[in-house]
Amino acid sequence: MSGHVVPVRIYLLVFAALTVLTITTYYAATIDMEKAFSTHFPLNSLVALTIAVTKAVLVILFFMHVKYSSRMTKVVVIAGFFWLGIMLTITMSDYFFRNVGSLTGPGGQ
Amino acid sequence: MISPDSREEALHSGHHPDLQHHFDDMEQQKEASSLGMWVFLAQEIMFFGGLFLLYLIYRMNYYPVFAMASSSIDVKWGAINTLVLIGSSVTMAMAVHSAQMGLRKPLVFFLIATLILGGVFLGIKAKEYHDKYVEHHVPGMDSFHFEPEPDKTGKLPNGITPETAEMVSHSAAYQHTALIFFSLYFIMTGTHALHMIVGIGIIIPMIVLAWKGRYDSTYYTPIENFGLYWHFVDIVWIFLFPLIYLINRTPHIG
Repeated sequence: MSGHVVPVRIYLLVFAALTVLTITTYYAATIDMEKAFSTHFPLNSLVALTIAVTKAVLVILFFMHVKYSSRMTKVVVIAGFFWLGIMLTITMSDYFFRNVGSLTGPGGQ
Repeated sequence: MISPDSREEALHSGHHPDLQHHFDDMEQQKEASSLGMWVFLAQEIMFFGGLFLLYLIYRMNYYPVFAMASSSIDVKWGAINTLVLIGSSVTMAMAVHSAQMGLRKPLVFFLIATLILGGVFLGIKAKEYHDKYVEHHVPGMDSFHFEPEPDKTGKLPNGITPETAEMVSHSAAYQHTALIFFSLYFIMTGTHALHMIVGIGIIIPMIVLAWKGRYDSTYYTPIENFGLYWHFVDIVWIFLFPLIYLINRTPHIG
């Protein structure tokens, strides 16, 4: 369980994936996807953050051995990110929807 | 100490010198250590999470100025530093692997490689900070001033018109917003760099101990836990890079 030895091949594959993803995110940022798909949805930010989350998950699962850890450790890791999720989601939903239904325009008052 | 009639005693003949008396066996001791490290990292997640939340709210409210100010940072160095840090994470993972296999010299080699790559990262960061200093983009300087600057070909970034650039450099409100961006830039990358400096402070004595043969395949918990810390700091940068450097690098301003 906790003494699991990860093969070097896995580390090298993860390293290759992280490098490719870094180069991808760098070039993806130079393409105006919002214009290309004629939308106001922040596609560029979405792509950049999706790549970042993918990279973070690779590091956590393989470099930090969480994939091979005990259930207790997995629960603590998930709890850590879950509480971060609560903080981000609830606060951002407030900032996003604060003015919904306001008759006086942005700012409310 | 394990009681003589303990089942553990029967399972593990002999007493490991690194086993502390309040643990049953090395496995339990390592598990407890690793769990404690993760609880510490959960706290670190909340600490950096607060900074990211602050950044996201300001970015949402002042997007155009954040995009312009972000473009004044050289994305090339940020991308190189991302690769350097990923490289240092791989060498760290290899250090843990070497420790698990009980290979002393490879362990020392990979720890030193991690230290060097960490040093390269901080060196590049220092160069970036110096660039910001030269450009008067450091909050707190009396000379703080932000204006969208033309690149080598004389073109403004992100299709900013000269009129927009003129307006930004003369508006107190825009200057104030740019100040918020650069404050967040220095606080977030600075806290990250501080974590790297702490890491370097830990890894140097660890290299000495590893060289002296303090760690082997039965006891390498400090190496493993330091690895967790180092990878966590890498993850923070994985999010800092797109959020701070890649706001808007496209030919038009959104």
